[in-house]
Amino acid sequence: MRFYEHEAKTLLGRQGLPLPKSGNAKTPEEAEQIAGQIAGTVVLKSQVLSGGRMKAGGIRFAGSPQEARREAGAILALAINGQRPRSVLVEAKAPVRKEFYAGVIYDALAKRPVLIFSDMGGIDIEQVAEQHPEHVARAHFSVLEPFSDYQAKNVVASLGITGNQLSRLTPILTRLVRLFLQYNLTLAEINPLCELEDGNFLCLDCHLDMEEEARDRHTRLLQELGVGREETRQARPPTPFEIRGAQVDALDNKGVAGHVIEFDGDLGLIIGAGGGSLTLLDAVRKHGGRPANYCEIGGNPSVRKACELTKLILSKPGVEKIAVMMNVVSNTRVDIMARGVIKGVIEAGYQPKDKITFFRIPGSWEDEGARILRKYGVEYGDRSVSMDEAARRAVVNMRGR
Amino acid sequence: MSVLIDGSTTFIIQGITGREAVNMTRECKDYGAKVVGGVTPGRKGRDVYGVPVYDTVRQITDQMRVDGAVVSVPPGFAKDAALEAIDAGIKLVVIVTERIPRGEVAEILEFAKLRGSRVIGPNCLGLISPGKSKMGGIGGTAEGTRKAFVAGSIGVMSRSGGMTTEICNTLSAAGLGISTAVSIGGDPIIGSTYAELMPLFEADSQTKAIVVYSEPGGPYEAQLAAYLTHRKSRLPVVAFMAGRFMDEMPGMRFGHAGTIVEGRADTSTEKIRLMQQAGITVAESIESIPSLIQERLSR
Amino acid sequence: MPMFIRVEVDPSVARRADLAKKLVEVCPVDIFAQNADQSLRIVEDNLDECVLCDLCIQACPAGTVKITKLYEQA
Repeated sequence: MRFYEHEAKTLLGRQGLPLPKSGNAKTPEEAEQIAGQIAGTVVLKSQVLSGGRMKAGGIRFAGSPQEARREAGAILALAINGQRPRSVLVEAKAPVRKEFYAGVIYDALAKRPVLIFSDMGGIDIEQVAEQHPEHVARAHFSVLEPFSDYQAKNVVASLGITGNQLSRLTPILTRLVRLFLQYNLTLAEINPLCELEDGNFLCLDCHLDMEEEARDRHTRLLQELGVGREETRQARPPTPFEIRGAQVDALDNKGVAGHVIEFDGDLGLIIGAGGGSLTLLDAVRKHGGRPANYCEIGGNPSVRKACELTKLILSKPGVEKIAVMMNVVSNTRVDIMARGVIKGVIEAGYQPKDKITFFRIPGSWEDEGARILRKYGVEYGDRSVSMDEAARRAVVNMRGR
Repeated sequence: MSVLIDGSTTFIIQGITGREAVNMTRECKDYGAKVVGGVTPGRKGRDVYGVPVYDTVRQITDQMRVDGAVVSVPPGFAKDAALEAIDAGIKLVVIVTERIPRGEVAEILEFAKLRGSRVIGPNCLGLISPGKSKMGGIGGTAEGTRKAFVAGSIGVMSRSGGMTTEICNTLSAAGLGISTAVSIGGDPIIGSTYAELMPLFEADSQTKAIVVYSEPGGPYEAQLAAYLTHRKSRLPVVAFMAGRFMDEMPGMRFGHAGTIVEGRADTSTEKIRLMQQAGITVAESIESIPSLIQERLSR
Repeated sequence: MPMFIRVEVDPSVARRADLAKKLVEVCPVDIFAQNADQSLRIVEDNLDECVLCDLCIQACPAGTVKITKLYEQA
């Protein structure tokens, strides 16, 4: 879950990291007021989750409060990569002497976090690592032993940095590591981390991601920042259809029937489980099918949930038929899924045999499931029908009938 | 032979009185696994399908040999449960629990390394050596498990629990059968990766080939490719890559927590390229895996 | 309206508070509830959730609880 820059900076501030004077403006008027308080040249930054703000015109400068008002208006009206800005961050422009980079991520191979530092800040760190590896220092650190300043100092010093820069940078990196651990972040990045003309340091831009799984451990913090429960903060915001999918999954705590993601095709998919869904979506596309959605069934959802998910998918404009397919299931029950889907189709006002192109869920209670489907005239595929073949038949039946 | 577990492996189930764990206990016992105890704090003295319940792991390890532990507790308690098992000297810890934050997984794995324990998972269904034992919910009921997992010569490693069963069912139906199948877990950081398990399969005389189920996101497929490039394995590897459509949707999370395309290196396209370069045969469908295995074995 | 499962409970059981309570306890999908007078009430909305575990049948005298799969009728 990605934080907006102004939220991320609130977190940096709490950890005692140095930041420019700033305010978050929701309107041009507020931007004008904040610029007046700051006095001097300000930077106005579009609050979107997307990268490439500078290029898109989402970062502008203003020499007066009036100008700040105008520029803020322009930024607020500008969508970047399809995202409307939430607000405009108004910051004092700082006289920068040199730019650094500091970041913390997990290294899945080492299975530990790693502190990354560079004296070439302001550009993408991966690019620096590729072109100037001698300007990037890394140090893995323990999550069991305490993190101490000397570890940060070692990283900075390894690039040949000494004097005032070394003593100023060290505590900044230590605090970034603490922030990373304290808030279950998966990415904590300050870029650029700037040395000013007067020798002080400021965090000019930053990127913080909190782990999805850890959100419920930080409910108070998220509430204080105004982050809503329904905000997925993924690469794109959820559509109304996807939000309704999440509501279906929240009907009860029995299993999963959700994680709905919208596509623009005509074949609705009721698929599972996690890996099965990925496999089946690929297979449907391979056979020329046009999926209307992605979703995940797992952990034996209730009849009610399967029913509501079916209705939701059938209600999506452009959906003509649905396919119900999973890998061989162990704890999800075939008969329960069959009941849910058939009920959903009927409650939506259709005949199951007209709307369900194919039903392939082998596994527990499959005989019972097959009996239900037979009664409603729906074609059932057991484990002798491969996932690929099931997807093919679903696509063929879509056209054929 | 087999990998990690066999018919004599004794293990406990932590969180044994939970809804999912109760089922798992019955399924493992019915399959013939040696489930010697369970732990749920405050429930000492009860039993679950004949398996005695204790308050602490030590209460069990003090009185008998325990080879493994299955952690099936809610995410908020999983780290503690895993640490407790490792501290009690248990050498194989299978973490079934989903949604454990990465920092806590890192803590578990660092502690496991210190104490010489192996971790499978988190977010996995466990492992099975067909006809000998199974640890975890893999395959479901004993009857369903016997249907999908027939003993044989193929080692299976999979990031998806459900797809482990699907693939093993396909291999069994084709007459190849399974030596050991490991559901390695779908999280961004896991205890045992493909490359880390390869030496175990190489040392297992029953295993003749390996099947890998992979997904976009994370570096573990690239790690496997590097492993096979640097060390000529006696085992041919066939891989299946799911979620190819995700390359068009970077930053979106599908399926498992670890399944998100974050850069160029973790797209399915790049992983397939790396795996093929390392001599891995990449299957276009699950059903084609058995014939690809046959072909590799007959070379 | 239930589409797949019908549950019939003999009036002699439905009237008894102890058996009604037992049925409420054993059913994993909340098909049974108790009225204000402790007698048994069947929750129509939950009938289709029945997992065919037979725990309700075992909890009562033989023949007094009957589960019918509506999809098996001619």
